[in-house]
Amino acid sequence: MDSALIPEGVKRCSFGKFIFWLVIFGAVLLWGIVAMLLCWFKGLNQTNMNDAYGFALWIWADLAVIAVGGGAFFTGLLRYIFGKDELKNIINFAVLIGFICYSSALLILAIDIGQPLRGWFIFWHANVHSMLTEVAFCLSCYFAVLTIEYIPLILENRQIDRVPFFHNLSHNMHGVMAIFAATGAFLSFFHQGSLGGVAGVLFGRPFAFREGVFIWPWTFFLFTWSAAACGPCFTILITWITEKITKKKLVRKNVIMLLAKIAGWMLATYTIAKIIDTWYWATVTAPAAGHNFMDFYSNNPLYGIWILVLEIVICGVIPSIILITKTGRRYSFLLVGAVFLGALGACVNRWVMVLQVMAVPVLTFESWFMYFPSWQEIATTILPVAYGIMLIMISYRYLPIFPQEREIEEEKHASIFV
Amino acid sequence: MLPFSFEWLWDISHMVFMGGLWYALTILGLGMTYCIIKAIVDTAKGKGSHSH
Repeated sequence: MDSALIPEGVKRCSFGKFIFWLVIFGAVLLWGIVAMLLCWFKGLNQTNMNDAYGFALWIWADLAVIAVGGGAFFTGLLRYIFGKDELKNIINFAVLIGFICYSSALLILAIDIGQPLRGWFIFWHANVHSMLTEVAFCLSCYFAVLTIEYIPLILENRQIDRVPFFHNLSHNMHGVMAIFAATGAFLSFFHQGSLGGVAGVLFGRPFAFREGVFIWPWTFFLFTWSAAACGPCFTILITWITEKITKKKLVRKNVIMLLAKIAGWMLATYTIAKIIDTWYWATVTAPAAGHNFMDFYSNNPLYGIWILVLEIVICGVIPSIILITKTGRRYSFLLVGAVFLGALGACVNRWVMVLQVMAVPVLTFESWFMYFPSWQEIATTILPVAYGIMLIMISYRYLPIFPQEREIEEEKHASIFV
Repeated sequence: MLPFSFEWLWDISHMVFMGGLWYALTILGLGMTYCIIKAIVDTAKGKGSHSH
């Protein structure tokens, strides 16, 4: 039915099956939209946020998707600025994932600010002393970059590409993509960093506060570093999941190996920096503020010492060792496990730096603050997941996301006949 | 956001923040304008008509 729109030389599932799954995820999307509308029309009383939790599930989700979406800027940087040409075979998918992550982050923010009609205030009445203003600027501009990077993919659809203007536009955009990618890397460095900086400058919250260089606390650099390390891990993970669902090889192994190796070294160096940072904070910064290390970890269900072990050892040290060793990367289950742990590590780090910061008591008469999100918060957080899956489905079906797919398919057929 | 807004101050914070924003927006705007104009010119010259 829609075969004229499908890229040449590749096979896709039947139109009925495609629509069936689209409807399933569309229903989840609809559930999220209902919750979103409730938040917009009835206000933030629909959430379980309170005086202790001004930042809650949404801000964690925001920071987490921005971190794992970092694969787009880092892969773009490697491809266009450092000339890692092999990565041209995965850059489209990295851009798509980045586009989904950043549009989701902006959507979540639009719900979180409570009055979306006043969203433009942050630009027009900018507080130029706030790191969050820098985040808003860079996030919006970088989303524009990702949109510009995604447009040529849409224009390369079989039917759209037949129109000469669109064909030329797509060709020209590819020609200057390095400039957009460099701008994207510049913007990403600052907004990823500023998100970390927001936590690091909270001198009234000794769990988050860090020293640093000039105006930038160490968390500024750690956030950028972790996004560059864990973003490519997420890209590899989603590529693997897409291959399993489509039952096809979509990207050659050498491309995955290269990206995994780079991600591994980024993760290893990040983990070392994170260990040093945590050690210094535990032995110097926190005691100087009158706290012991164990004051920040409790035996409540959410914030025991296990969360530190999970973040640094299980999601940092272990995947780093797997990814930087050739043997570790060679075994598919180890590689996938490592990239899963790497991506999970970024999410756990953001959870700790957003929610644990809010939970830790800072005054002697306070106890730990606990929080469980309302169904509206959960639904609006799942909404971007459903949206992302649907956009990947549509893009995979109609756009040439994986340039090697046709080639791999043809080789497979040739080998069968031989 | 703009120098003619009543809140604007010619201080370092405004220049760094707003300068960065306008710098990025200018690159994106000029880049896209170049691509669109070149695509119009190329199309007028008949390029891309026989690509398929």
